[in-house]
Amino acid sequence: MPTFVWLTVVTALRILQRNRLRAGLTMLGIIIGVGAVIAMVSIGEGAKLAVQKQIASMGVNSILIWPNYSVISGVRGGQGAVVTLTVADAIDLKKKIPLLAEAGWSRSGSMQVMSGGRNWSTTVIGASPSVLTIRDWAYSSGGPFTQTDMDTAARVALIGQTVVDNLFESGEEPVGAVIRVKNVPIRVIGVLSPKGQSPSGYDQDDVVIIPFTTAERKVLGTSFLGSVSGVHVSTDRTEDIFDAIEQIREVLRSRHRLQGDRPDDFLIRTQIDVAKIQEGTSETLTGMLLVIASVSLLVGGIGIMNILLVSVTERTREIGIRMAVGAKRLHIMMQFLIEAMTLSMVGGGIGVLLGVTAAKLTSIIAGWPTIISGKTIVTAFGFSLVVGLFFGLYPANKAARLNPIEALRYE
Amino acid sequence: MVPLIVCEDLWKVYRVGDIEVQALRGLNVTINDGEFVAIMGTSGSGKSTLMNILGCLDQPSKGHYRLGGVEVEGLQPDQLAEIRNRKIGFVFQSFNLIPRTSALENAQLPLLYRGLSLKEQRARASTALERVGLKGREHHTPTQLSGGQQQRVAIARALVTSPSLLLADEPTGNLDTGSSYEIMAILEGLNRDGITVILVTHEVDIAAFAAREIVIKDGQVLSDRAIQDRAH
Repeated sequence: MPTFVWLTVVTALRILQRNRLRAGLTMLGIIIGVGAVIAMVSIGEGAKLAVQKQIASMGVNSILIWPNYSVISGVRGGQGAVVTLTVADAIDLKKKIPLLAEAGWSRSGSMQVMSGGRNWSTTVIGASPSVLTIRDWAYSSGGPFTQTDMDTAARVALIGQTVVDNLFESGEEPVGAVIRVKNVPIRVIGVLSPKGQSPSGYDQDDVVIIPFTTAERKVLGTSFLGSVSGVHVSTDRTEDIFDAIEQIREVLRSRHRLQGDRPDDFLIRTQIDVAKIQEGTSETLTGMLLVIASVSLLVGGIGIMNILLVSVTERTREIGIRMAVGAKRLHIMMQFLIEAMTLSMVGGGIGVLLGVTAAKLTSIIAGWPTIISGKTIVTAFGFSLVVGLFFGLYPANKAARLNPIEALRYE
Repeated sequence: MVPLIVCEDLWKVYRVGDIEVQALRGLNVTINDGEFVAIMGTSGSGKSTLMNILGCLDQPSKGHYRLGGVEVEGLQPDQLAEIRNRKIGFVFQSFNLIPRTSALENAQLPLLYRGLSLKEQRARASTALERVGLKGREHHTPTQLSGGQQQRVAIARALVTSPSLLLADEPTGNLDTGSSYEIMAILEGLNRDGITVILVTHEVDIAAFAAREIVIKDGQVLSDRAIQDRAH
């Protein structure tokens, strides 16, 4: 049997070579199908990884709580119109909920910052040191401020790369320099590593972070001491996030004396929601592309079936001869299945080359990240084999069921 | 000794639309090992149907056919294929070689279905081609060979399995007289080496190479005689 199989493969290759144009056109569907599957999955996987990286950069285990409008005697104030979230809330959350690893708070505002002759409008965030941990900032130079800086309302700042680019000459060292924020001189002690764009599209590097106390007392000012524009908490484990959210809601509702069906005066958001939406989107996209690519493979399979049916008819007499000299049904069947699979294998091979090239070109030309995994290639190639096998079955069976006498007489 | 071929009350009935065609009507014939038989008859006499049954390409509607003592009736298509491969060699009027395939590979074909190694297939096919006088033409394709040479490739293909029975259905029908006699000389030689040869022909001078002549008419044996004045 092995001799039979490889001799039949050789024969099949010879037939392909003899009808190069026909074989090429037949394989086109498989070539495009396999190529498309590989290119699409590579691009999709690349996009997914990019999204995951972006999400990881935001800290997946973190929960952000914002003040919402509050309803007093049926009057709904705007968001943040009334102080609904305070430093005390944050401290109490940490104390009452063991699931929380860290709790911090921040207030932010848009301000003009200056250095030398340059100025730049940016977001100034006053944050407790724990916010730095929760948001998982890294430093390209310098380092974070400490609890002591917080306690003494020290005039120190961490600045993002965008701010560096706009306030300093290239090559100038920002750490140690003094910038002015609303005319308050503040020393730069660290530069944040670039995080790039957030999933919602704002520049995460366009930021100046100073200790919360410094912001409250010297820079942003406040109408109510201890009011915050955000409470940040984190859990040790991602799977605890949803339990933590429930407990935060309970604690805050009780602290804010919200009874019965009165709405929350705060909003809770996690990066997981964003992450899920983003991942979902890229998965849906990959799925859709994959479906389209599979349809192309399917069409390719039908092409193979079509050409094999033609081949069976053309070679009816040959089939008769083979049967007369002792070929069994299985031999005839295998001959045509091998031809079908040779077609789909050669097509699949060319398709793999095409797909990998397309994915690489997409990376180079469009700058999209692509991941060409061995698994994708093997799956796409395997799928083309299955298509060949499946669509070869009908013609092969048709050939094997021919009556030898009629086949021999066929003109 | 058991006769090679025993046909008892062989019937073959076809249906063509509403019409029933009785190709064989209770035919009886016995052929011994090593015989050289010519089967003659007009077209429609049933001789092609008989050849198909003798060659295990077809089965009788009724009656018995034993080949080498084995009852062929009731065998499955794959079992028939096995018998054709082991015991029978075919030579057709239209040569029936596989196009665009070398003489050697055509001659190898029956061995492909026996699971022999490529080396052995080639060796046996070369020997068979040599025996029919085609040494040196192993790599010619059918279109590069004359009719007589193509028929010799077909004979080599029939021989390659060392069959006990060689069935030749009008083997000279497409050949000129010179080639026809060459082919018949080869068949005669094979018969002398012990292979049973059954030949279907229209031509009296071709039939004269055989030792026994069976004439078929209306699906039955009309006459069965030994040929006295054999051609040599």
